[in-house]
Amino acid sequence: MTAGLRRRRLQPGRLLLYALMSVLAVVFVAPVYLLVITSLKSFDQVSLSRMWDLPRGFSLDSFDRAWNGGEGVIGMRGSFWNSVRMALPATVISCFTGSLNGYVLSKWRFPGSNLLFAAILFGMFIPYQSVLVPLVDVLRELRLYGTINGLILTHVVYGIPITTLIFRNFYAGVPNEMVEASAIDGADFFGIYRHVMLPLSIPGFVVVAIWQFTSIWNEFLFGLIITNAPALRPVTVTLQNLSGSQYTQWNVQMAGALIVALPTLLVYMFLGRYFLRGMMAGALKG
Amino acid sequence: MTASSALLPRARRRGSWFTADRVTALLMLLPSVLAVAVFVYYFIGRTVYVSFTDWNQIRDSQNLNLKLVGWENYTKVFAQARFQTDFRNLVVFTTFFLSGCLALGLLLALLVDARVRGEAFFRSVYLFPMALSFIVTGVSWRWLFTPGNMPLDPTGINLLLHRAGLDFMQSAWITNAAVWPGIKTALLKTKLGIPLAIVPVVLAATWQMAGFTMAMYLAGLRSIGEELREAAIVDGATEWDVFRLIKLPLLRPVTLSAVIVLAHASLKIFDLVLTMTGGGPGNATEVPGILMYELTFKSNKIAQGSAVAVVMLLLIALLIIPYLWNTMRTELEQ
Repeated sequence: MTAGLRRRRLQPGRLLLYALMSVLAVVFVAPVYLLVITSLKSFDQVSLSRMWDLPRGFSLDSFDRAWNGGEGVIGMRGSFWNSVRMALPATVISCFTGSLNGYVLSKWRFPGSNLLFAAILFGMFIPYQSVLVPLVDVLRELRLYGTINGLILTHVVYGIPITTLIFRNFYAGVPNEMVEASAIDGADFFGIYRHVMLPLSIPGFVVVAIWQFTSIWNEFLFGLIITNAPALRPVTVTLQNLSGSQYTQWNVQMAGALIVALPTLLVYMFLGRYFLRGMMAGALKG
Repeated sequence: MTASSALLPRARRRGSWFTADRVTALLMLLPSVLAVAVFVYYFIGRTVYVSFTDWNQIRDSQNLNLKLVGWENYTKVFAQARFQTDFRNLVVFTTFFLSGCLALGLLLALLVDARVRGEAFFRSVYLFPMALSFIVTGVSWRWLFTPGNMPLDPTGINLLLHRAGLDFMQSAWITNAAVWPGIKTALLKTKLGIPLAIVPVVLAATWQMAGFTMAMYLAGLRSIGEELREAAIVDGATEWDVFRLIKLPLLRPVTLSAVIVLAHASLKIFDLVLTMTGGGPGNATEVPGILMYELTFKSNKIAQGSAVAVVMLLLIALLIIPYLWNTMRTELEQ
């Protein structure tokens, strides 16, 4: 493969390179191809021996069943809106919390602030299994157990480490001179935040918003533990239940999976660049 | 509040460190610090405490009346065949998932970095699984690896193999209860080896995370710069030499970061396994994350479940704390 790189003209090595990349691309797309074609098949077309074949005609029956429910299937419509009501507010709150924290930890350092930052960061890495039991107890005390607000609080709190990290690294790039100049002009803590930091942080906000929205939307464990009533479950938990049922047809499961995947896939398609930056920050590489 | 920002040396000279702005800054940070103190540190402390108590049946939450029982929960859990199996599976899963992601990720990065046309397209295709939920991945890959009636009426991958005339490669995949090679030891109640049903789960996880690994390697490759390669080529080095002697050593820090991130994801793995195999057949593919969930929330063995959670936390702490420590130190030195 590498031998072909020396010259850029189309030579056998170069062709091999493209062939390899295309084969890999097909492998990467195959599971989603299967999701899409299966979910577009009508009920009478779902034959296992034809599962890899394109659907004849175009049917949204499976989406209708997965979305609205019926015949023993609990529809995902309610859960979808639960997830929206959970992920959107949690994302917005996370952004502002992270931004303020990052501002303080980068421009208002104090003795021990680095240690405190490291202590906050540790929260990013814990397996959430190690906090579930007390979490449920405390949410019960706060009367937030089994509610969307309980989920929002949980996601915001466990999002503090990563959002703080991204904003802190982002603000580290803002020259201190700008902050000092603003201070000389008479701006106080919030004045500097509003007039210097905020206008510069739009990309930071986009990165954090995408990261938080995607992780919260895709999250499963908290959704499973914190909601007990089916009516309040987020969409991942409902999909897992749907797929665990022996009686649900494959095409309904696949349609359900696509419904869950759609919002984050759209985000990825339109804002992929920012998506990547959030991921890299997760690797402490801000 | 004129020019009293503590950022200015003037303010420091005036003596008081606590300016109004500094106090505001600390107050703004306080809610987050308290939240993390409670939700991370206090909760972990509480879980550790619970793991040493006798909370192994439903209790009245107002009157838990917990008694300390020492290491009993740990010894009981460690002695279970189920925990040993889960631990074996975690080791197997982590080993294959890590090597798979690193190898495939590096390969993809090198391919994409080879100045090909349509680079952005290929990059997006390799990376998009990262945007999906493990539950979505689990649902679609479970179907891919549902064997069907072998050999003539198969489904998923087996159907593709059947059509390609490769019936001999068909396998029971996620329903295969075999452990290879399945060594029995006097010490352990579980057979040592690779539970074959975990292979499809590893493939699904690799599919989801290889693109991320690629992105990390790609960032590393891009920072190496062309001049180095060109200089080496002028000196008579082959592309393979450049890769082996220049790129690979320079990519070592990237590999370390990737290992940390991937191993961390692997040690916590829960939702993908739950969706793809449910831990089955039997407990063949179960991992500690599932065991913790089932002990705590299904069997009400809260103390034992907490013991499993503490073990998971310790494993991750062993990995993360040195890394965090190192990162912080380098940053302070700068």
